[in-house]
Amino acid sequence: MNVNPTRMVMTSLKKKLATASRGHKLMKDKRDELMKQFLELAKKNKVLREEVERRLGEVYSNFTIASAVMSPQLMEEALMYPTQSVDLSVSTKNVMSVDVPEFEFSSAQEGADNIYPYGFAGTSGELDKAIARLSEVFPVMLELAAMEKEASLLAQEIEKTRRRVNALEYIMIPQLEETIKYIRMKLDENERGNQTRLMKVKDMMLAEAILEKQAADEAAMEEYERQHPAG
Amino acid sequence: MYKIGVIGDKASVSGFKAVGLSVFPCADSAEARKTLSRLTKEEDYAIIYITEGLCRDIADELDKHRDKMLPAIIPIPGMDGSYGIGMTGVKKSVERAVGADILFGND
Repeated sequence: MNVNPTRMVMTSLKKKLATASRGHKLMKDKRDELMKQFLELAKKNKVLREEVERRLGEVYSNFTIASAVMSPQLMEEALMYPTQSVDLSVSTKNVMSVDVPEFEFSSAQEGADNIYPYGFAGTSGELDKAIARLSEVFPVMLELAAMEKEASLLAQEIEKTRRRVNALEYIMIPQLEETIKYIRMKLDENERGNQTRLMKVKDMMLAEAILEKQAADEAAMEEYERQHPAG
Repeated sequence: MYKIGVIGDKASVSGFKAVGLSVFPCADSAEARKTLSRLTKEEDYAIIYITEGLCRDIADELDKHRDKMLPAIIPIPGMDGSYGIGMTGVKKSVERAVGADILFGND
């Protein structure tokens, strides 16, 4: 860093360094905890996704059979007016200062306990099965959605935090340390320079004083010799 | 109150209508892209499921919403089976967080 090597600057840099190290430690802790939570979540997420995919596959195969048995028009007609409507409410959950959504759904039904939006006359049993299965899978799909979103948000936060940790660890803190060292050396150097200069000045003053003294002595000697001419 | 949307080919998504979701049948990925951007603009939809066959070509559109809290755009397998795109999303998250793929290395 390009700074003036003064005591003032050094003090402020030292303060900055203390803050940076503290921040680094905190960030590191945050990253580790996030990572821990994320890994657990990702494992669960994987299992859940496998389950949803498997169960949806079953639902689809039921639908396929149903559509093979029924005519397309009839099928479309049967599914056209749903008796259920789903209301989704979203609340947020705070995981390590990351806001993640939580989904809660309530399905309103028109007919009592009737998930089938059609009369049974023209439809095949396979369609009933498919829809029953689908409404079973549906809550799991919601869970999957919440979990996957949480995972991707956490991943983003981890990435950000890791970047910050690295920036502090490998750039900010070494740079500060380097600069502080530079200022300290510069100040020490100045101190030594001053010391030597003082010593030098002292020597010069001493030499001058001695010369003056000698001159005074000689003058006194001459004066004495003049007053008492050698007899 | 939020809604849940499903985007996909007609054959795959028609069943979801019966459980009370809003279904948007799309024939191709261009249509899916349009529908998706319309739904995300409306902000009524907290979750949008989209079948894998369609989201393959509009991954960039999906990535736009990856870092936002809502909506959650979740790929699901379609009638023609899973292409593993949903799993790839999970994998991507892991790679992003850890820097390397450590959960899925074995399979």
